[in-house]
Amino acid sequence: MSVPHRFARRAIAAVVLAVILLGLLAAMHAARSEWNDPYPARQADRNILYAAFMERPKRLDPAQAYNENEYTFISEIYEPPFEYQYLLRPYTLVPLTARAMPVPVYLDRHGRRLPADAPARRIAYSVYTIHIRRGIMYQPAPCFARDASGHYLYQSLTRAQLGGIRTIAGFRHTGTRELVAADYVYEIKRLASPWVQSPLFSVLSHYIVGFRRFARTAARIRAALPKVDGRPPYVDLSRIPMAGVKVLGRYTYSITVHGKYPQFLYWMAMPFFAPMPPEADHFFSQPGMKSRDLTLNWYPVGTGPYMLTVNDPNRQMVLERNPNYHPDFYPRRGEPGDAQRGLLKDAGQRLPFIRRVVFSLEREQIPYWDKFLQGYYDESAISTESFNQVVQFSPGGEAELTRSMRAKGIRLVTGVAPSIYYYGFNMLDPVVGGYSQRARRLRRAISIAINIGQYISIFRNGRGLPAQGPLPPGIFGYEPGCAGRDPYIYDCIGGRLRRKPIAVARRLLAEAGYPDGRDARTGKPLLLYYDTYQTGPEAKANMDWMRKEFRKLDIQLVVRATDYNRFQQKMRHGEEQIFSWGWNADYPDPEDFLFLLYGPNSEVGGNGENSANYNNPRYNRLFNRMRNMENGPAREAIIRRMVSMAQRDAPWVWGFYPKEFRLYQAWLHNVKPNYMATNSLKYLRIDPALRARDRRAWNRPVIWPLWVVLALLALLVLPAVLVYRQKERRSPL
Amino acid sequence: MPFRFVILWSDALTYLLLAVSVFYGVYASRHEHLRAPWRRVRRNPLAMAALVVLAAYGITGLMDSVHFRLRLPGPAAPGGHAIYSPQVLSLLDVLCTPLRTHDEQTYSAPFALHAFTPKLVRLSDGRRVMEYPRLRYGGAGLTAAGGRAHDISVRCLRAAAEGVLVWLAAVVALARWRVKGAGESLRAALWRLARGETDVPWRAMLASLGVIILIVAAIANLAGEYHIFGTDQVGQDVLFEAIKSIRTDLLIGTLSTLVMLPFALALGVMAGYSGGRTDDVIQYLYTTLGSIPSVLLIIAGILSLNLYMTDHAAAFDTIAQRQDVRLLSLCVGLGVTGWIGLCRLLRGETMKLRQMDYIQAAIALGVRPRRIMTRHILPNVMHIVLIYAVISFSGLVLAEAVLSYIGVGVDPSMNSWGNMINGARLEMARDPVVWWSLAAAFLFMFTLVLAANLFADAVRDAFDPRMRT
Amino acid sequence: MIAYIIRRILYAIPILIGVNLLTFALFFFVNSPNDMARLHLGVKRVTPQAIAEWKAEHGYDQPLFYNAAAAGAGKLTHTLFFQRSVKLFVFDFGRSDDGRDIGSDIRQRMWPSLAIQVPTLVLGLAVCISMALMTVFFRGTYLDATGVVLAVVMMSISQLFYVIGGQYLFSKVLRLVPISGYDTGLSAIKFVILPIAVGIVSGIGLGVRLNRTFFLEESGKDYVRTARAKGLSEIRVLFRHVLKNAMIPILTGVVVVIPTLFTGSLILESFFGIPGLGSYLIDAIRAQDFGIVHVMVFLGSVLYIVGLILTDISYTLVDPRVRLG
Repeated sequence: MSVPHRFARRAIAAVVLAVILLGLLAAMHAARSEWNDPYPARQADRNILYAAFMERPKRLDPAQAYNENEYTFISEIYEPPFEYQYLLRPYTLVPLTARAMPVPVYLDRHGRRLPADAPARRIAYSVYTIHIRRGIMYQPAPCFARDASGHYLYQSLTRAQLGGIRTIAGFRHTGTRELVAADYVYEIKRLASPWVQSPLFSVLSHYIVGFRRFARTAARIRAALPKVDGRPPYVDLSRIPMAGVKVLGRYTYSITVHGKYPQFLYWMAMPFFAPMPPEADHFFSQPGMKSRDLTLNWYPVGTGPYMLTVNDPNRQMVLERNPNYHPDFYPRRGEPGDAQRGLLKDAGQRLPFIRRVVFSLEREQIPYWDKFLQGYYDESAISTESFNQVVQFSPGGEAELTRSMRAKGIRLVTGVAPSIYYYGFNMLDPVVGGYSQRARRLRRAISIAINIGQYISIFRNGRGLPAQGPLPPGIFGYEPGCAGRDPYIYDCIGGRLRRKPIAVARRLLAEAGYPDGRDARTGKPLLLYYDTYQTGPEAKANMDWMRKEFRKLDIQLVVRATDYNRFQQKMRHGEEQIFSWGWNADYPDPEDFLFLLYGPNSEVGGNGENSANYNNPRYNRLFNRMRNMENGPAREAIIRRMVSMAQRDAPWVWGFYPKEFRLYQAWLHNVKPNYMATNSLKYLRIDPALRARDRRAWNRPVIWPLWVVLALLALLVLPAVLVYRQKERRSPL
Repeated sequence: MPFRFVILWSDALTYLLLAVSVFYGVYASRHEHLRAPWRRVRRNPLAMAALVVLAAYGITGLMDSVHFRLRLPGPAAPGGHAIYSPQVLSLLDVLCTPLRTHDEQTYSAPFALHAFTPKLVRLSDGRRVMEYPRLRYGGAGLTAAGGRAHDISVRCLRAAAEGVLVWLAAVVALARWRVKGAGESLRAALWRLARGETDVPWRAMLASLGVIILIVAAIANLAGEYHIFGTDQVGQDVLFEAIKSIRTDLLIGTLSTLVMLPFALALGVMAGYSGGRTDDVIQYLYTTLGSIPSVLLIIAGILSLNLYMTDHAAAFDTIAQRQDVRLLSLCVGLGVTGWIGLCRLLRGETMKLRQMDYIQAAIALGVRPRRIMTRHILPNVMHIVLIYAVISFSGLVLAEAVLSYIGVGVDPSMNSWGNMINGARLEMARDPVVWWSLAAAFLFMFTLVLAANLFADAVRDAFDPRMRT
Repeated sequence: MIAYIIRRILYAIPILIGVNLLTFALFFFVNSPNDMARLHLGVKRVTPQAIAEWKAEHGYDQPLFYNAAAAGAGKLTHTLFFQRSVKLFVFDFGRSDDGRDIGSDIRQRMWPSLAIQVPTLVLGLAVCISMALMTVFFRGTYLDATGVVLAVVMMSISQLFYVIGGQYLFSKVLRLVPISGYDTGLSAIKFVILPIAVGIVSGIGLGVRLNRTFFLEESGKDYVRTARAKGLSEIRVLFRHVLKNAMIPILTGVVVVIPTLFTGSLILESFFGIPGLGSYLIDAIRAQDFGIVHVMVFLGSVLYIVGLILTDISYTLVDPRVRLG
């Protein structure tokens, strides 16, 4: 046997051996779990919830986080004084770490106390005093760790001590401490510190007394301190006073806001107002921490039911039950019907139920959905693509699950979110903008032509409610049915809404000076521009549809697609013409939607959220009156006037209020969508045994095609052998 | 005039490309050293059959490159100017009018009569039921008698008959044409064609022509009545999208090379000829460009173009113009990255040529370098350019799909196979699966790339068998 | 030899500077620091002060290339370009715009990329070589013709089809492997097995053809004819002479791509949800994270240059006649 021959044999043998080994390993692995189980086999029957995150959260610091994907995590970790009751509707605030909901004390300009029913214009200040519960402890964290003599272990670290530590787990000791009122005050001061860059800074500076002044003082003090390692040093915020925020005792603090502002309590239920222990802030501000990715943005320290134990945004984030979590119980009160739905079975039980929550990075909807069907995720939204596989409508028009879904025990929960999607007209635009009758007619014609009902059925499978104005259902002032309709766009026929026929739109267009889509004066075709930053396959279908809708009026729509930044820039400069946009409620109050059309809040000039730049002085006046009223008939009347003003001017094509459909596996209990509360993990309960059983049943691998493939490969060898023998025979030797 | 021609930038370049090819053809037929390898290509049956397929694609693309705007009915503008619709149409659009205008509401399967997705319908008695609505155009002319299968088979038979007739006519025409020169009988000529006893493999070419004619006949007979490849999410005919994508992908495959050609030629030849400092600078340039990930270059190209379009919105007021410019910027992006390989090849070849006796002699005689480069070197490296262009074509078409997937391909509202595949990802997640967009894109793209690869192989073998892909 | 390598490394420095300059120019031609700040600070309620703070914190308040306000050499050194580039040359990657340490991210994401790329390369090479060898062995028979046609057909199919089809069939219909995702350690096998298979299959067409030409070229040479004439069996000729000698061009071709294995495969990683370096750059470009784009482009060009140098060296190693001058 020659050398190369042997070499080739050896190489082939090695490869075969390697493949066999790999196969064996895989088989060993598979023997312990389903072949396609994306999780370690030993987790199969544990009390773990499996969820996903689509995008890595950037900021977990409660003073900075403002995105839904960030709230998913920090709402479970940080506890503001109040929370939304899980089951009750309309949304109701209840105490979380506070002992009771505070009743504001109103003061006049001179600090004299006013009665509770004093008129709003006399009220100069409202004082909220909050008492928090005793005995609430923080999660175990190294920033609290002390040695035997009571000194902090990690608060004056040297470089040598930090050494090779790269994650928070590198600190061996942890400690805890009781929650005190000063921690809440400390966090509000962080919101006011310019270097923290809180997105709430400008909003709160209008409301909290002394906020702006504090910001100036703090910045000055910080600038005067010597730098450490070229970085600005830690500033002890508790030493700098803020006029409107005071610690009144170990468990009591007060906040003074300008004027009367009942919505302030809603703000205080957001993680922005969660407590921040100064130890944590100081711990992470030590030199060398930031360069090791050890920051508050990555390692939250809170009192909530869960704590973040694995933070690998490239792959996985894990929330683990906080062993120090204070007594907290499943609500005993719910909406009518909650008991029948089994939502009150756990009433009075200690929270949380689930031991661990594993969030895996899942960038795309499709694999997420497929894994949900295989039982590897516990809940899921329904994508348009899979809608018909999942949902059918009963003869009564009710959405229900298809048989295949019901067979899996999957349940459907629906609800209308307090959000709105709309197409906006730039009111500063010379063609579609302005307040002339002509422009109004053009906008109304377009509003009729864009058939939102069809949009909802094509792109959202009917998961939406055509909007009639800026206020979505569930928000005070929303009027359902024909009474609340936009009379310029919709007819009411037999108690049902119907979009006006296209002939009406064409007539309006002619009246606006564009008969058949052509300028009556110049004869030129009317060309309109739709500005968008969306790209990708969904966007293409969307644009095609938009163009189709405008073609009904013989208007040529040009889609100007740019990247997100360019789009934003256009919006800021008022260079857009028609755009689509949306808004999710910060809190369940009409103010949070009506301010989207408030003139001084315009995007151009005001840098605000009024992207259409709608500016109607009468609307603005009414808005100012409405904003600090208590909910009641008077407020409702004003809101109605404001909405009909907006309907008349048509600055938006009222899009739709999204209906959310979510699916839950049979083993997940206590699910009720709550669009305000983001801390709902603690209420959920799972049945791991049922899950393990179902997963096994759903994921039997289909192996026979592999044998077929192998057999085919073997068959391929046959002709090779035949030809080889033929060749050998024919060869001269 | 009832219409006004519109020449988009890419159209202009297409015409330029056409002119260049014609010029090259004339040039090559006059020079023996170029004619010989082409003769070798011509004898390769597979390559010639592929060429017929490529020609069919090319003609479709060319028809889609003749653009115009229709005059709007009604009164003219003051000043007597006619007013034209802002919608830019192409010759192909007009030919495929039924395909273009037969839009349904949403998905429907190939040859379906009903929509693919059920819809909530309110009955007259107020009850609501889910039902699959009847399509507006799919099988609209179908009468109750016979049914769909019958109708389809009748149409297919008719298509086959028509196709065979046309094909036979083509065969006879060819034979006659051949008879003219050779002075043999028509029958003998036909016999020789059938036996494949011709210098040029007419038989293979006729075979692939026959297949194409049959397909076209089938489309012509069926497409008016059915959606052969179904419809997409917003109800557009998928077959039409696939056909419209031909131009996009042909342009990407050819213009990317054309756009970069002048730079690659000039710099490559200069570097190879001059050597020294010039060579260093050019080598530095292409090594630097080459080491930047091509995705970044392409993205930067497209984003900066977007920026330009935002700043000069007035200049891009029709959809076609915007799509067109984006397409060109993608070509430039792909060209910049493809430029490097060609430049390196040309440099090496020029260095070899420079050592040749006749060049050395020219230098010794004091001929100016520019003249040497244009007169002596350039014609002798053109075969490298040709091979490179032909070989890179299929790679560019494949790259378009990948780039569209990353989101930096052609304009998302433009038809391209990449966009279709990208959209199909979502459709594959549906249940039941919507497979026809992917299938259509696959078939069209695969046929083109396969034909291009086969042809490119023959060209490479004929010109320079040692050059590797 | 060593002098040559040193010279090549020195030569790389101006190239890297050029790459840096181009990256800066390209990136900041289309993005402004203001835009980046806005993108990172989110949509709702962003104030100009917050933008200014963000820029100052990330160093984007400095001018790009030329600082007119600074004195002397500071005009060039107190610029974004200088500050960022100098650090790169000592491989200090700094932090991404959302505050993560890029170096540790790269170290972490490198492994998933390698876990796919290395087996794909090695196994793919083995498959392609053996199949090419088969076609050469059966040269002139219908097996050869079928193989060649098959190779052309396979290379005419876009990689996207292999990926979409493979994922649909093996993960969704047959449930043999997880649909997407990644795990560390041995558990990674079940996640990478399908991407590797798809990577190999989609490369077969091109690989077989390429290797076949190498083999054919080699087997046309005189010494092979001599060997045949000597009466060596065809298999022996193939293994002993053709394969051995054709390995030279094959392996030198492989050397170029070895360094780029680190940067991963874009399509495979994004389809199969594998957190490697391929998706890192694309995600960063989408998020307009200049820190990451800058580092990844730099790293990419370093690896590219290393690949070129390695190729040159491997030429001298396999063929002593080649001198590095």
